[in-house]
Amino acid sequence: MSTLKSFLRHPTGMIGLIVLLTVVILAVTAPWLFPDDPWDMVGAPFQPPLSEGLWLGSDMLGRDVAAGIAHGARISLIIGVISTLTSLVIGVTIGAIAGYFGGKVDEVMMRITELFQTIPGFILAILLVATIGPKISNIIFAIGIVSWPPLARLTRAEFMRLRGREFVQAAVCQGQHPLTVVLRRILPNAISPIIVTGSLAVASAILIESALSFMGLGDPNLMSWGFMIGAARTVIRQAWWMSVFPGLAILLTVLAINLVGEGLNDTLNPRISRKR
Amino acid sequence: MNRREFAKLMGVSAVALSGIPLGITRAAGQTKGGTLNTIIQPEPPILVTALNQQQPTLTLGGKIYESLLRYSTDLKPMPGIAQSWEVSPDGLTYTFKLFPGITFHDGKPLTSEDVAFSMTKMLPETHARARAIYSRIDKAETPDPLTVIFKMKAPFAPFLTALDCTTGPIVPKHIYDGSDYRKNPANAQAIGSGPFKLKEWVKGSHVHLVRHEGYYRKDEPYLDEVIYRIIPDAASRSLALEQGKIQLTQWNDIEFYDVARLSKLPNYEMTTKGYEYFAPHQWLELNNRVKPMDDKRFRQAIAHALDLKSMAQRVYFGMPKIATGPVSSKTRFYEKDVKRYDYSIEKAKALLDEMGLKPGPDGKRVTLKYLIPPYGEVYQRAGEFIRQTLGRVGIDIQLENTDVGGWAEKFSNWDYEMTGNLVYQYGDPALGVSRTYISSNIKKGILFSNTAGYSNPEVDRLFDEAASATDDAKRQELYSKVQKILVEDVPVVWMFEAAYPTFIDKRLKNVTSTGVGVHESFSSVSFG
Repeated sequence: MSTLKSFLRHPTGMIGLIVLLTVVILAVTAPWLFPDDPWDMVGAPFQPPLSEGLWLGSDMLGRDVAAGIAHGARISLIIGVISTLTSLVIGVTIGAIAGYFGGKVDEVMMRITELFQTIPGFILAILLVATIGPKISNIIFAIGIVSWPPLARLTRAEFMRLRGREFVQAAVCQGQHPLTVVLRRILPNAISPIIVTGSLAVASAILIESALSFMGLGDPNLMSWGFMIGAARTVIRQAWWMSVFPGLAILLTVLAINLVGEGLNDTLNPRISRKR
Repeated sequence: MNRREFAKLMGVSAVALSGIPLGITRAAGQTKGGTLNTIIQPEPPILVTALNQQQPTLTLGGKIYESLLRYSTDLKPMPGIAQSWEVSPDGLTYTFKLFPGITFHDGKPLTSEDVAFSMTKMLPETHARARAIYSRIDKAETPDPLTVIFKMKAPFAPFLTALDCTTGPIVPKHIYDGSDYRKNPANAQAIGSGPFKLKEWVKGSHVHLVRHEGYYRKDEPYLDEVIYRIIPDAASRSLALEQGKIQLTQWNDIEFYDVARLSKLPNYEMTTKGYEYFAPHQWLELNNRVKPMDDKRFRQAIAHALDLKSMAQRVYFGMPKIATGPVSSKTRFYEKDVKRYDYSIEKAKALLDEMGLKPGPDGKRVTLKYLIPPYGEVYQRAGEFIRQTLGRVGIDIQLENTDVGGWAEKFSNWDYEMTGNLVYQYGDPALGVSRTYISSNIKKGILFSNTAGYSNPEVDRLFDEAASATDDAKRQELYSKVQKILVEDVPVVWMFEAAYPTFIDKRLKNVTSTGVGVHESFSSVSFG
């Protein structure tokens, strides 16, 4: 409860949270706000913002940009959250095993992690999506695969720090199963930095998905912000609104998530939190 | 500031402009002089059109290599290097008289020997499309240096339509005979008999052509030089046009979305003429092997459900004309009196209901996959449009993205449900149309064959008869009949006669004077 109270007093974190909640509400209510399929050609092509029935204008096929942004919010958030969960599962598992067991196991795990870290993440994501095909499940998988290494290293560091503590050693001496020790004793104490990093990973996942869609590697059946900007790129001299509004949506969402992440960091970290 | 710096400052791309004088040197009336600056993209791998038939090669090589005939915009034959020609009544013997005094760029004379060698020896080996046509020649005779006689194995009327510079470029026998054609060192020099010869090719920058002084046509060519600049970026090409650095664009140089804006430029005329020989025809390919696309009524329903008028406006910015059947209205033997599929959701739904294809609880009757041709954004938008418009009648389309290799592989091996296709017609239904529908051309692994798998013995017979008939009236009758059958059966859903914008500097004359347009030799093109 005190964490929550502390967060509520965190000014930038709260701004981020409000913006983020707005995006979430927009995503949830999209089917009611814009009941038509966002791909439907509802108006004349290239209508500027504030035209009849089209607040943010229409694109080259006469599709509603506002509807695209609302429905795109769903895709961006879903991809952001699920791919982050994927990378959390991979990263925390590998990090926990490496940190808990140490020695040879740690060596092997960390070499694997380094292998992934040395390959530029976005390039690997492009390669994966281009190879296994641009479908939403594959995109989530690809983003998950490229974003787990930092989480693994962080988890490992936390586990190594806590591994030698008395309460952990006590649990081991009592003959508790290693799984119990890891899940019930160490993980709860290592969770705050993982949550913070994870929240920031959501932002980077949204960016990766947008970049993939921009390059034409998005799922062609799903309206996403990156796709909208990619499609608008060629007609930017005729229709600035087609790229500016989805661009703003990405900017605001990513910024909000970063602010929330920072807020969480400040409130979950007892040293900073207590100073307030 | 020296001239080069100035050029850099003014230009779009310093590379494209280095050291070459821009604009016209002299121009008055249809007299000699001037430099034509234009674009070539992507950069061709070679300039010998007998060895490579990609569009940039053909565009550039058309100035260097000439052929027996040229074709008017309504595809009637006109003199090329042959000043006159005769066809025997049985359709088996073709006699061509060449213009006197034709020379190659190396100064050697062009004779009937060169023509016979090019058309019966080299081209059938190096040029797939020419092989299909010229392999019907039984033998070539050269009674004198200016006469060449072709004896055909069987009558084949389209032969007279297949002698343009993209199909039958004449190469020098003294250079190629007995050599390995593809490895001949003379390929780099590209020696032809056309009005322009290669002066310099700076890779990645430009190809510089200059007047062939020994050209046989009086006063031609009018231009001193033609410079093809390699500008890979679409925005830079538009900018080059806006700044007046170039006087001509062709094919895809200017993207559709820029056409409306650039058409307002005062110094240029925008035309879609000059593509009649190719008459690119665009359609929605339906794999007739896949249910329910094997049912004629389903294909007809799709034809009714596609809102082509709106698609032409929204996807292609109003450029193309709506196609009514398998033959382009720009080519010969077009039949306009065929069944029309007007845009009607009701008619489409009625046909689907009649088939017993009822909508499920989610409103979907059937789900099919559409493989997006990987040739740029316009195809992506077209896919999105098709999905939305077919969705209205309950045909659910799932779009699939792929790369160029993947598309060709899946499409040619029939591993697709729907895709987009664009095929050239080459002036005669026997050359460019029948291949898509005759059952003998159902060939796995080959693009632009009968990939849909449509098979109708009556259609086979009509196409076959029409190809060997020698009388144009008879051919028209047969082709009209086959067009009516095909339009009733809708093996594929014809969408558009694709149009490409050609921007021409208003001072230029005679650029799109023939059916091959920008591929033509440009011998009669002049400033003013």
